[in-house]
Amino acid sequence: MEFGLTSEQTMMQESINRTLERECTLDRIRDRERSHWQMYYIINVLSELGVPGILIPEEYGGLGLGLLDAALVAEALGRYVAPMPFVGSYVMAPLALTGAGSEKQQRKYLSGLATGERIAGVAVSEQAGGARDGAGITVKNGKLSGKSLFGLDFEEANFFIVADKFGGLHVVDGYAAGLEKVVLTTIDVTRTVGVLNFDAVEAEPLSSGNPQATLDRMIDAGRIMLAADTLGAGGRMIEKAVDYAKERKQFGRVIGSFQAVKHLCAEMVAELEPCRALIWYAAYAFDAFPDQARRMAAHAKAHTAEVGTFVARTATEVHGGMGFTDLLGLHYWFKRIGFDRQALGGPEKNRHDAAVAQGWIGN
Amino acid sequence: MDLSYSPEYEVFRDEVRDFARDFGDRAPPAGDVREWQTLLIAHGYAARTIPKDYGGYGAAPDVLKSRIIAEEFIAAGLPMGMSGQGISMLVPTLLEVGSEEQKRKYIAPTLRGEIVWCQGYSEPGAGSDLAALTTRATEDGDDFIINGQKIWTSTAAQADMIFCLVRTEPDKPKHEGISYILFSMKTPGIEVRPLVTMTGRAEFNEVFFTDVRVPKSGVVAGRGLGWMVANATLKHERGMLGDPNQAGTRLKAIIELMKEETVDGSRLMDNPVFRDRLLKLQARVHAMEFHGLRLLTSRLKGEDPGVAGLIVKLMGCELNHQLAAFAIDALGELGILYGGSPHLRNNGNWQWNYMFDLGLIIGGGTAQIQKNIIAERGLGMPREPKAAKA
Ligand SMILES: Cc1cc2nc3c(=O)[nH]c(=O)nc-3n(C[C@H](O)[C@H](O)[C@H](O)COP(=O)(O)OP(=O)(O)OC[C@H]3O[C@@H](n4cnc5c(N)ncnc54)[C@H](O)[C@@H]3O)c2cc1C
Repeated sequence: MEFGLTSEQTMMQESINRTLERECTLDRIRDRERSHWQMYYIINVLSELGVPGILIPEEYGGLGLGLLDAALVAEALGRYVAPMPFVGSYVMAPLALTGAGSEKQQRKYLSGLATGERIAGVAVSEQAGGARDGAGITVKNGKLSGKSLFGLDFEEANFFIVADKFGGLHVVDGYAAGLEKVVLTTIDVTRTVGVLNFDAVEAEPLSSGNPQATLDRMIDAGRIMLAADTLGAGGRMIEKAVDYAKERKQFGRVIGSFQAVKHLCAEMVAELEPCRALIWYAAYAFDAFPDQARRMAAHAKAHTAEVGTFVARTATEVHGGMGFTDLLGLHYWFKRIGFDRQALGGPEKNRHDAAVAQGWIGN
Repeated sequence: MDLSYSPEYEVFRDEVRDFARDFGDRAPPAGDVREWQTLLIAHGYAARTIPKDYGGYGAAPDVLKSRIIAEEFIAAGLPMGMSGQGISMLVPTLLEVGSEEQKRKYIAPTLRGEIVWCQGYSEPGAGSDLAALTTRATEDGDDFIINGQKIWTSTAAQADMIFCLVRTEPDKPKHEGISYILFSMKTPGIEVRPLVTMTGRAEFNEVFFTDVRVPKSGVVAGRGLGWMVANATLKHERGMLGDPNQAGTRLKAIIELMKEETVDGSRLMDNPVFRDRLLKLQARVHAMEFHGLRLLTSRLKGEDPGVAGLIVKLMGCELNHQLAAFAIDALGELGILYGGSPHLRNNGNWQWNYMFDLGLIIGGGTAQIQKNIIAERGLGMPREPKAAKA
């Protein structure tokens, strides 16, 4: 029995961290508000480490690794609030294609994703978080109509993986006739989401294997990634708070010498560290014990979201007024954690799904 | 317990209602803010207890009447009079410790909204430890020459005047060398730079002073007494933060939201988990509202509410933050929308509040400082050991 990372996994995460430390500077993140160029730059840099192909089989040019490896990537991306698509494009979309795509479809789409040259948006918000504002996709003669809110990795997507109301999965070209894309402004400028409006849009069904089961797997994996992202972002916020508390002086002493401030920092780390093991286990179970995947993914997402909210708030508080300004940029982490909490279902929805997965209640 | 009002007060309530009915259409946004303010002062619904000589209405203090005014204005959906740091903080301070000349010169135009003020207290190095401030004022004949920097200064860009804490006696212990001084924001050498916060807006400013020459006559109460004066003002500020009326208004909005908003075709109100969270918050809101009434009664009786009074800022600001956090959760993915996004609810105010409330938990004394105050002053626990003398 060994509950831990392999040396390869540790090394991979360290090299991504090093790269992001160098390349994913606060200036680049700020600039993201104006230009997409920064995002392509980060994708490029991380493509050299194989990040986009992490889950894609080797025969299509990917690394063919497991979900735990992807979770380690997600943690690193969260740590640096990296402005690049990942959860949708390089985790959920590849799982959709390998789980329910024909060999031809896999060949057609996976190699472009593996190199980071193409981006896939994923529109499954209604199945993961529940339908609002009349959203939902219907299928007639193989064409899609209706709308989906909160497509992930939206803005630059070349194509979309879309779930319909009945759990079917489809590939839709980003420029298909009858498809209208509306970018949504959220608190988190490092990720893009948007609404897809379909008016009898041509689509390619993903109908090999079991689409409904594939959709569930996509959502589970996405939830684990968002939890890992929060783990990374939260961990970094704690480090920043601790560093600040060691420097900032009030009343003639560093604020870190006040028991109140020490306890805030200790509570943050005591809450967050167990999330690391929970996420590792959830990610490992996703591949090794599929019957536990749904419950563990939901718990990882919901619990890490609760802890993440606490860390985001507390780390800001330790910074006093400075934490509240734009000057330090701490809010990029704060908002990233806020995004992770709500996307693919908030804590309540995830806990509900965990209860359903255990047969405690019907759907 | 008797929660009814005596006939005298019910008559007063009717008067306020009549006013609201007869003059409500002159209220902003339709009517002009300053005209509305003038009208309120004339009827005694703003500046009620401020002496007539200084431009107020000159009524005797009566917290029940003030409460009735607030209740009726909220019920009628009418805005109260102007607020702002000049009216809520400087005016009471001048009434308490200002010279006759300062009172005559500043109070009336401030009440009418003709002079807008900003508050120059906090500095980059002096936040929780406000008395550590270093902006210095050196004497030059009848003037002071001011150099230094302030931070978090709301409305500095629009302000005509500033009430400012400066160090005039650098050799004295830190609490004794501070003066409280009023001067014009138009004085040469003042530079205001907006400070953008996590909400994306510039709710504050940094203010830089380079050889700013101001008359010594602006000092309030006397040289070296600034700390005492500032504390008089801070008392008024703490009284404003953590207002239970605001929590009540927010709760109402959330109840409406839960009745209207649907997920997969069912109302949020029908979701037992969200309903339970709502009910827990409703209980807290009620507790804080009634706590406010209890404090009001202590004030009426002239009793010291003790620890009950010290917890309001901590618990009130936290409750407001929790309410916004809950609204965001109830909105699910819609809860991350911001800016002018499609599908946005309530203009993005839940998101803005959630972030700004965190600022309010920090501002005006952080939660940790409040807890220190509750423990030390409220519970009589020993003070934290002091390290180096600053
Ligand atoms: C939204 C907002 C509004 C504001 N409005 C005003 C205003 O109108 N006027 C004005 O003058 N200023 C204002 N401020 C400034 C505010 O008063 C200070 O930010 C606040 O007092 C904290 O000071 P600081 O930011 O320097 O944090 P610091 O004092 O550096 O505090 C950093 C951390 O150390 C902790 N800490 C410090 N000392 C102790 C201690 N003794 N024991 C335990 N913990 C401690 C704090 O709790 C905090 O977590 C505002 C700030 C904000 C964010």
